Amino acid sequence: MDLPTSDIHKQAVKSLDTTSLLTNAARQRDARNYDSFPIIDVDCHHYENESLSEIVKYIDDPVLKQMGMLYTGGGTGGQSPLNPGGVGYQDVSGRVTRYPLRKTETTPSDDQHRDVHLSLRWMNAMGVDYVCLFPTPMLSLGLHPQPEVESGLSKAYNRWLLENITSKEERIKTMIYVPFSDPEAAYETVKEFGDHPDVIGFMIVSVRYQAVHNNAYMKTYALMEELGKPLGFHSNYNWNDRLVGNANRFLVTHALGFTVYNALHLCNWVVNGMPERFPKLKTIWIESGLAWIPWVMQRLDNDYKMRWSEAPSLKGLPSDYMREMFYTSQPMEIPDNPDVLKMTFDMINADDQLLWASDYPHWDMDVPSVIYDLPFLDERQKRKMLGGNAIDLFNLDVSKRFPNYKPA
Amino acid sequence: MAKEILVGKASDFKEGGKKIVPNGKTSEIGVYLVHGNWYAYANLCPHQGGPACEGLLMAKVEEVIAEDKTYQGMRFNHDEMHIVCPWHGWEFDIADGQAVADRKWSLRKFEVEVRGEDVYVLA
Repeated sequence: MDLPTSDIHKQAVKSLDTTSLLTNAARQRDARNYDSFPIIDVDCHHYENESLSEIVKYIDDPVLKQMGMLYTGGGTGGQSPLNPGGVGYQDVSGRVTRYPLRKTETTPSDDQHRDVHLSLRWMNAMGVDYVCLFPTPMLSLGLHPQPEVESGLSKAYNRWLLENITSKEERIKTMIYVPFSDPEAAYETVKEFGDHPDVIGFMIVSVRYQAVHNNAYMKTYALMEELGKPLGFHSNYNWNDRLVGNANRFLVTHALGFTVYNALHLCNWVVNGMPERFPKLKTIWIESGLAWIPWVMQRLDNDYKMRWSEAPSLKGLPSDYMREMFYTSQPMEIPDNPDVLKMTFDMINADDQLLWASDYPHWDMDVPSVIYDLPFLDERQKRKMLGGNAIDLFNLDVSKRFPNYKPA
Repeated sequence: MAKEILVGKASDFKEGGKKIVPNGKTSEIGVYLVHGNWYAYANLCPHQGGPACEGLLMAKVEEVIAEDKTYQGMRFNHDEMHIVCPWHGWEFDIADGQAVADRKWSLRKFEVEVRGEDVYVLA
C-alpha cells in the first residue's frame, strides 16, 4: 500500500508484520540471553476499539447496549457516544508506521482472538514472558460526561477481556479497569472481579477530574487492600485539558500531560495520608516515565517542612512514602549524562520499586534493553527491574516458563 | 579491506528509492538514491535499535516565520530528506546519517560504489 508522506513521494510500504518489524528486538533478545530469566511487562496495550462490537454485547444496561451496538454496527457519522477521547496524533503523522499499517497485519482465522495473536508476536520478539494488558482509547473514558457510560462500558470490557483474552492465554494478565467516576460502581467492580486469577491488580485511569482522597472511595481502597492486589494509576494525555490546551504541539501535550495527572494524584494520595490509612495497599504509577518523580519528591518535601499542619497524618517525609511506591519505567528518559538517571534510580529505590514496561505497541514504547544496557546496573538489578520486582509485587506464578525460578 | 556487497542494478533505483540488503546474518544495510546521490546506512537506529531504514523517507519540516517574527505555518523542505525510524520516529539526515534532533547520534554510514550498472556497498 502507499502511505502519504511529504507530498512528492508517496512511499510504497509492505503490510505490517509485527515479527518482522521487531527483528532487531529479537536480535537483542538473543544477544542478551533474555530467555534465561523472566521478563514481565507491566504496561502494554491492545486496541480494544477494534473489538468494540464484541464488547458492547456485554453491556448490562439495555439502552446503553442498544446505543453501543448501533454505533459499532456502522455508526451514525463522526460522533462517538462511547469514546470521549479528543484530538491527537501519536504516530507523528504516520512516521511511526505501525499505526497507519496496523490494519494490514493478518492473523490466523482460528479460535484465538486477534489481540492474543498480535500480543504474542511482539512478546516473543522482545523476549517478554508475561504481560499486564491495558486498553487504549478507554484510557480517556474517565473524561466521559456520563459516569454511567464509564461504568457500563468498563464493566462490559472487563468481562469481555477476561472471557476472551486472558482466559485464553496464560501469559496475558490485566489490572482491571475501575470506573472511578462512579464510586459505587468502582466498589462493585473491585468486588466482582477482584479475586479473579487473571486480575493482578486494579487500574484507575489518571486523566480525570475526581480527587483520589474523596471519602467515597475509602471502602474501595479498603477492599483492594483486603484482596492484597496493587492499585495502579495509568496516565494518558488530554489535549482538551485547559492547562495543556495551551500547547500547540502534541510533543508538549504528551510530555506534560502524561506526567501531571499522575503527579497530581500522587501528591493528593501522599499529603492526605492514604499510605497511613491503607498501609498494605501498594500503588503503581504507570506510564509517566521517571524524570517527574525527583521533581515531585523535592517539591513536596520542601513544602511539607513549611506546611506540616496541612499533612498531619504523615509520619515521614513525602519522599519517604514515594520511595515505597512502585513505578513503571516507560517512557524512560535517557539523559545524556547517565549520572542523572542513576540519581533518579537511587531516589526511587529502583532496585526494589522499578517495574519495566514496554507500552507496546504505542509510539514511545521501550524495549527491555533500555534497562538491560544501563552501565550502572549489575545483572541482579537488571533482572529484578525487568521481571523480579513485578513477580514479587503481583505474586505472579511463572513456573510454567521458569520451573526453577527463585527470586533474586 | 572492506567487503563488497552487490546491491543490484542502478537502473532498478528510482529517485527517492531504496533497497535493504543483508550484511551478514544478523544485520542489514539500507541503500538510497536521493537527489541523484547514493547513500548507505546500517539498518539499526542508535536510539533503541529499531530498523531505521525500513521506515519512511520524509522531507525536513520547517516553520515559516515572517519578517515580523509571526508564525505562518509549516512546509516541507525537499532539499533535506530524512530517514525516519519506524519504531519511534527518530529522523536522520540522508546526507550524513546524523539524527536531526541531536546530531551527536547517527546511523552508521557505508560507502557506495557504482561500477557500470552495478551498485556496491563497502561494508
